[in-house]
Amino acid sequence: MKHNVYVYIIIMAITTYLIRVLPLTLIRKEITNTTIRSFLYYVPYVTLAVMTFPAILEATQTPVAGGAALVTAMGLAWKKKSLFQVAVCSCIVVFVLELFLV
Amino acid sequence: MRETNRILFRTGVRDGIPIGLGYFAVSFTLGIAAKNAGMTAFQAALTSALINASAGEFVGFTLIAAQAGYLEVMIMEAVANARYLLMSCSLTQKLAPSTGLMHRMLMGFYVTDEIFGVSIARPGELEPVYVYGVISMAAPGWTLGTFLGVLMGNILPLRLISALSVALYGMFTVVFVPAAKENRVVACLIGISFAASFFFHRLPLFQEISSGIKIIILTVIISLAAAWLFPVEEKQDS
Repeated sequence: MKHNVYVYIIIMAITTYLIRVLPLTLIRKEITNTTIRSFLYYVPYVTLAVMTFPAILEATQTPVAGGAALVTAMGLAWKKKSLFQVAVCSCIVVFVLELFLV
Repeated sequence: MRETNRILFRTGVRDGIPIGLGYFAVSFTLGIAAKNAGMTAFQAALTSALINASAGEFVGFTLIAAQAGYLEVMIMEAVANARYLLMSCSLTQKLAPSTGLMHRMLMGFYVTDEIFGVSIARPGELEPVYVYGVISMAAPGWTLGTFLGVLMGNILPLRLISALSVALYGMFTVVFVPAAKENRVVACLIGISFAASFFFHRLPLFQEISSGIKIIILTVIISLAAAWLFPVEEKQDS
């Protein structure tokens, strides 16, 4: 059976929306448990860090360029540069490095 | 009241512009993936407009390319986006308990890494109007980028695509690096997360596990350990 692209899209949309909206709508009270609060505080930072490394090394044609992009991005983020500046500068680093490396 | 809302919305717009530009660059590469899966520009843009999730859409396009079963798509989508469940749990704590259902349902549609990041970084309770300001700039960038990625993706040289592909990770660092600067525990956790993720990626034992599941396992273990060892005593919004 040939699958329908629009059915795929609707399944993806509904699944993703439920994941996002259920906690927001069902948990109305403030969570007082310190462990749960701390867990929720740490989660976003840990998950983004896990997703970034080592994946960034494999996103580029050579791992060196990906590594350099990560160092650049982290340095600029440390200096509180904007999202746009960080994203564009890391792209430029990869582009320039790969002119020499690839 | 109305005046405050206008200012809040405008602040959101200001914070949303760089997100929208970043999204544009990232979703452009997403459009290329969609094209490779055999989707039209309209279908890809519709997916981005409805889903707003980089990892989730990448997984989805890959599965569509493979003509995977509907149930499989549902399960993988849930796995790839499970972090939003955790973010949504965090976000609901940041809202005034009296925030209405419509606001919650609207904001729920746009729980993304970056919108979540700027929302959490707001001082005090989170105002929905601010989030709408951010969304008004971010969402069009995401959809339009995907659309153009399908149309123009294969005109671009590999060099340029390779460069664009790190934009996504650059965006992630903007969320976690400033937090690491403020909080030493977070800084250590980032280091541990990098190392653990690297070992998980390299050890043959874990080769069989999909990357979405690896992300969830590591996130839960590391965050839980940190919550036990270094509980956050004060309220974060104080």
